[in-house]
Amino acid sequence: MAEAAVLAPPRIRPRLSRDEWLMGGGLCVLALYLAITLLVPLVIMLAKSMQDRDGVFVSLANFIKYFTNPALTGAIGHSLWVSALATLIVIALAFGYAYALTRGCIPFKGFFRLVAMAPLLAPSLLSAIALIYLFGNQGALKGWLFGESIYGPIGIVLGSVFWTFPHALIILITALSTADARLYEASESLGASRWRTFATVTLPGARYGLISAIFVVFTLVITDFGVPKVIGGQFNMLATDIYKQVVGQQNFQMGAVVSLILLLPAVVAFFVERWAQSRQSSAVSSRAVPYHPKPRPVRDLALLGLVSLVALVILGILGMAAFASLAKLWPYDLSLTLRHYDFNTADGGSWTAYGNSIEMAFYTAVLGSLVVFSGAYLVEKTRIAKPLRTATHLLALIPMAVPGMVLGLAYIFFFNAPGNPLNFLYGSMAILVLATIAHFYTVSHLTALTALKQLDPEFESVSASLKTPFYRTAWRVTAPMCLPAILDIAIYFFVNAMTTVSAVVFLYSPATTLASVAVLNMDDAGDTAPAAAMAMLIVFTAGAVRLLHAGSSRWLHRRTQAWRGC
Amino acid sequence: MKFVTVFGALVLAGAAFSLHAKTELLVYTAVEADELAKFKTAIEADYPDLDIQWVRDSTGIITAKLLAEKANPQADVVWGLAVTSLKLLADQGYFQPYAPKGVEALDQKYVDSAKPSQWVGQRVWVASLCFNTVEAEKNKLPTPASWQDLTKPEFNGKVVMPNPSSSGTGFLDVSAWIQMWGEEKAWKYMDALHDNIAQYTHSGSKPCKMAAAGEIPVGISFAYRGAQEKSKGAPIEVIAPKEGVGWDLESFAIVKNTKKLEAAKQLADWSVTRKANEMYSEGYAVVAMPGVAKPVPHYPEGISSKMIKNDFEWAAKHREAILAEWAKRYDGKSEPKK
Repeated sequence: MAEAAVLAPPRIRPRLSRDEWLMGGGLCVLALYLAITLLVPLVIMLAKSMQDRDGVFVSLANFIKYFTNPALTGAIGHSLWVSALATLIVIALAFGYAYALTRGCIPFKGFFRLVAMAPLLAPSLLSAIALIYLFGNQGALKGWLFGESIYGPIGIVLGSVFWTFPHALIILITALSTADARLYEASESLGASRWRTFATVTLPGARYGLISAIFVVFTLVITDFGVPKVIGGQFNMLATDIYKQVVGQQNFQMGAVVSLILLLPAVVAFFVERWAQSRQSSAVSSRAVPYHPKPRPVRDLALLGLVSLVALVILGILGMAAFASLAKLWPYDLSLTLRHYDFNTADGGSWTAYGNSIEMAFYTAVLGSLVVFSGAYLVEKTRIAKPLRTATHLLALIPMAVPGMVLGLAYIFFFNAPGNPLNFLYGSMAILVLATIAHFYTVSHLTALTALKQLDPEFESVSASLKTPFYRTAWRVTAPMCLPAILDIAIYFFVNAMTTVSAVVFLYSPATTLASVAVLNMDDAGDTAPAAAMAMLIVFTAGAVRLLHAGSSRWLHRRTQAWRGC
Repeated sequence: MKFVTVFGALVLAGAAFSLHAKTELLVYTAVEADELAKFKTAIEADYPDLDIQWVRDSTGIITAKLLAEKANPQADVVWGLAVTSLKLLADQGYFQPYAPKGVEALDQKYVDSAKPSQWVGQRVWVASLCFNTVEAEKNKLPTPASWQDLTKPEFNGKVVMPNPSSSGTGFLDVSAWIQMWGEEKAWKYMDALHDNIAQYTHSGSKPCKMAAAGEIPVGISFAYRGAQEKSKGAPIEVIAPKEGVGWDLESFAIVKNTKKLEAAKQLADWSVTRKANEMYSEGYAVVAMPGVAKPVPHYPEGISSKMIKNDFEWAAKHREAILAEWAKRYDGKSEPKK
């Protein structure tokens, strides 16, 4: 040691290698992209919150006005407890479900996985519409609520649980599907009970995923406006308040104030997530032995019961929506008809909108998965410019907390400002694609990061010592190993682009009307049956795409995932 | 053979050219969606060079959109929007004054008094109640004849009304109550009504459709929607409350600095013709051109005589204050009705 200290040369800055230059440059491009499609529009919104209607700076006057209005501040409490309750239910159910699929020995895993993903195929509005048909004043199961009204917190919680369930499930399955069998063997040979093994091996292994899932679901619920819009009745939430401020009272400044309040949970979530990540170590080292679940009849039966019940509820809600779209004149004439699928007389609906949605979803999937995976790769693997990586990662987390409507409005202010060289994008298909990618960036980013984190960094060290450029390792090793995750991201983008409403509701033009917006508009106008019909059309389309994906990813899994050993 | 090819190419080129010559006109509107296709076909039949692109939404949204785009307006024409919203925008210098050819033939009380006019009225839409008779029988509800009836205890949780912030139909009700009864009495009435309201909807059509589906027995809506639902077979009665009913004027205006001024003027000219007014009158009992309107099936009887004396100037000027007061009193204050 002493000798080494004596011989140590004076400190010099290590020269950046070509790899580092390239990756640093890539990071800069990515940061710029996120700044333009996310940060700058949001900063403009921030500025709006401190202006009066004529654009004069008024400091915190709008905030004071907000906090002295109890009708408005009441929404903060509403949003928090409804989101917390929905999150609690979703995480409990999704963890059990994910555990059953990854660690249980139950039959029909593929089927259950497919069913659980079904809510992803529908706009969040669909669950609310179906709940009205099930539990509304003319609802088939109205008695189940013991006289409580579905219009309000009950409806919002139920609807939110339905549509956010798969979002949590995806993260938890990813977190639980890789485990090192050696840890379980060790635990068993040390005589630990099954509960103790669960508490000391399984849970810590899934800790990062659990925290991510909680953070994701909570912010999804609190920022969603589709469900409370349809079924919230008079129960106001922050997201619907933004809508009311902006749309109803044309008070963009107050809308900006409410959105900033809505941003707070995300800031908290960001620090929690950073903390969790700092404690995360690679789940799979290059020496790991894949874990294979062994049958345990009692546990497996309980798990099968749980997944069957959840699957039944999901299918029931979808089935109700399908029936609603076919019943002639609910509830007086229940004969079946296809007339609600003739959208030309309904509000904002048309088959053109459906075609536009498919086009938009396709572009979003291709461009989105490319940007997100490259971005996550650069954030995770670059060895220089730590502040830039942190900043980029922070940027990538913001969208989760930004209600789509706020993003949409921010886009109007930014892209429609006179003198903005990007003005030509306004009203085009491109702006819808950009907004949708930005809106759904976070979950995709986290999925990509989780997949990348599961790979041992030794792959990079080895290839660096072999003087292989990073992009070759990325292309030959990292990307193929992460291919299932990349495909998941592409499908996630496609399906969300089909189903999103809030991100695009202020941005579509007559040439780019969308199916999901048509669902909202038709429900708003009281055309509930055609709204259900359009929503079902989205479900069928997204379902077909997902089935294709399931087939291709099974093939891919065989080709590229043999290293997982299962 | 060669001749045919050249001729064919010429025809194709000609067709391409004439397609190209069509002027795409971006028109923001709050007219009900089920009527828009009909209007587009008729307008483009008379002006084949026009290609009408509707952006349709509720009154509040269209107004919000126009305001958000104030710095860089997208629309070429605003068509079929409540005059209370148009006046608000006109005061900010949003519109291009233009007197359409033949505007003299309209009843001048429906046309902007400035010369040349900034906006021109098209037709009147009137408040009405939709009342589900099947559910009424089940729940032993009496048929409401007046606004006051809706505050009776038997209607608790049985009434649905549009939110005036987003819905033009909701706003004209509130505006009418204040104009009829004065501030104090009107707000007292709305306090009482609020206790019976099951929910406030976003659109003015939805309360009637909810009534038609029996979800909520009484919908505060407007006459056109009630008549439409009834003719589709819904078990409802369309009622004009006896104290008087509010109304607003669907109107159009040309957006200042539009790059397609000539096309916009063509649409404006079309919109004041007798043919246009005859189309307006298909679902509406009062239109801007005198002598065109005819009775509409399923409209409440004598609804025209119940229309209040409406002061648009006052309504436009107080719109913001009324909505703020309304929001303060009723937005998010209540828990859902049990």
